[in-house]
Amino acid sequence: MTATAPPVDRTPLRRYRRNRVLVQVGCIAITAFMAVPLYLITLAAFSSRQSLNEFPLPLLPTDVSAETIGTFLRSTGIVASLGNSLLAGAGTLLLSTAIGVPAAYALARFAFRGKDPYQLFLLFTRALPIVVLSVPLAQLYLTTGLYDTTYAVIGLHTALTLPTTILITASVFLAVPVDVEEAARVFGCTPLQAFRQVVAPMALPGIAAASIFTFVLSWNEVLGASILTLTRRTLPAQVLTSLADSSLAYRFAGGFALVIPALLFIAVMRRYLTNMWGSTIR
Amino acid sequence: MATVLDREPATTTPGSPTRRRRVPPVVWLIAPSIVFMTLLFGWPVVAGVLQAFRGEDGFTLEFVGRMVGDPYFWPAVRNTLLLIIVLIPVQFVLAISMALLLRANPRLKNLYFFLWAIPLAVSDLAAGLVWLAVLTDRGYLNSLLDQLGFEPVSWLAFDNPTTLFAAVLVAELWRATSLVLVIVVAGLQGIPKDYDEAAAVFGASAWQRLWHVTLPLLKPSLQVALILRTILAIQVFAVAQALTGQNFPVLVGETYRWYRELQNPNVAAALALVILGVSMLTSLVYLRVLRDKSRETAS
Repeated sequence: MTATAPPVDRTPLRRYRRNRVLVQVGCIAITAFMAVPLYLITLAAFSSRQSLNEFPLPLLPTDVSAETIGTFLRSTGIVASLGNSLLAGAGTLLLSTAIGVPAAYALARFAFRGKDPYQLFLLFTRALPIVVLSVPLAQLYLTTGLYDTTYAVIGLHTALTLPTTILITASVFLAVPVDVEEAARVFGCTPLQAFRQVVAPMALPGIAAASIFTFVLSWNEVLGASILTLTRRTLPAQVLTSLADSSLAYRFAGGFALVIPALLFIAVMRRYLTNMWGSTIR
Repeated sequence: MATVLDREPATTTPGSPTRRRRVPPVVWLIAPSIVFMTLLFGWPVVAGVLQAFRGEDGFTLEFVGRMVGDPYFWPAVRNTLLLIIVLIPVQFVLAISMALLLRANPRLKNLYFFLWAIPLAVSDLAAGLVWLAVLTDRGYLNSLLDQLGFEPVSWLAFDNPTTLFAAVLVAELWRATSLVLVIVVAGLQGIPKDYDEAAAVFGASAWQRLWHVTLPLLKPSLQVALILRTILAIQVFAVAQALTGQNFPVLVGETYRWYRELQNPNVAAALALVILGVSMLTSLVYLRVLRDKSRETAS
């Protein structure tokens, strides 16, 4: 009886399976391109100086050592510049959140005259290359005595991140329903209370994501920071200026130190990424 | 007196017409940002123009002349433009392919997305150093070649402009494709799968569905990504600096050199204005070209 069952056409199933395999192959190839360099810089940063001088370099972690990264961290100016970087990042985060959140709330909740020009202004400033600001700003800072301070870097980085902060945070506020805010007002909250007790808790995760993004932008910014400072350099600026007269081991360890925050940031923010960038578009 | 009386009820009954006489709350909310941006954007731009064109006795073209006369200037312009022309199309094809692969819902999709998004937060200097470890003469790529029995290649040598260009290109491709990817993935999320399925029901091939359904719907996202990426690509600097030093001059690198090494902020300001002009021009061209095309398809 079983032999008389009609023959099953397996071609679509086969095609489906073949497509799945092709998709996986593509994914793995791209992952290799994206992840292997990260693996290699980690490997280089945790090799001993001696093994970095060998050729060919070992492609597997055969002798793990903290020598290279340790030497990098102990070399002059690195710890201080690490502190400056953290300080500049934290300052940028605070300043651009403090200025950006009210503006974002206004963009999300109010219809006001000049809203479209204001938004266009934000987009325009986001498109302005940072060199255009840095060189004249250095001159202005020199005359006002702010040159070569962390405040100078915070000012530039806030200007750089503010448009992005405002646009991202505005989209966060848009995602909080107006109804809950109105309900709070109906039950007797003042606007400020309604904001603090109802809107702020709901918007907090998104605002936190935007702020951390601000921190990463500040951490990553090289050119402006190295133009605006001489002695109080941030970490990227320190690495950049000592690039020409430093050993390869120093550069590899520096590269690794600069990559770490990126790994942490993406790991924490993974779920917000598409929301953040998707909503800034509109 | 009358105004005081008018004001009193306004605080208790929002929305009454008298409220307009006070400063509206919106002004308080957005004024700090406008003041800040004017101070740190408007002022420097004006100062930059003055710096570039004003000498000791009024208007001068001396600095522009020195900028153009520098032997590194035209190579820098050429390199920057060439990099954009080659990089952007490759990058968009790669990013769209990556997004479509993710949309096919493979196993380990979330892990892939995480790994592919990491370079989004990697700075250009770090990306340059990462690829330096791979491409330097005694680096990992040459080690691999050596172990496979090939002759090592000096990828970053001064007399090897093609591989020099390719090195910067690959590093930039690695670093900045994630930005396009995230924007395209976000855009794809906004497109219902129904369109694609409907087209499939009517017998469209995968290629036709991509070309006639998905890409046209993705256009707003692509437009933003294109403008953003091009402007950021014009600013390419630390990647080239870390990989090649002075061997692959780019526009922003020249600005840095004039400012830091040659100690001439005026020429640096003139170069910065060139970069500003190129950025503005490309975004204008993009906006115009893309809008015209969408009109054609609409009509």
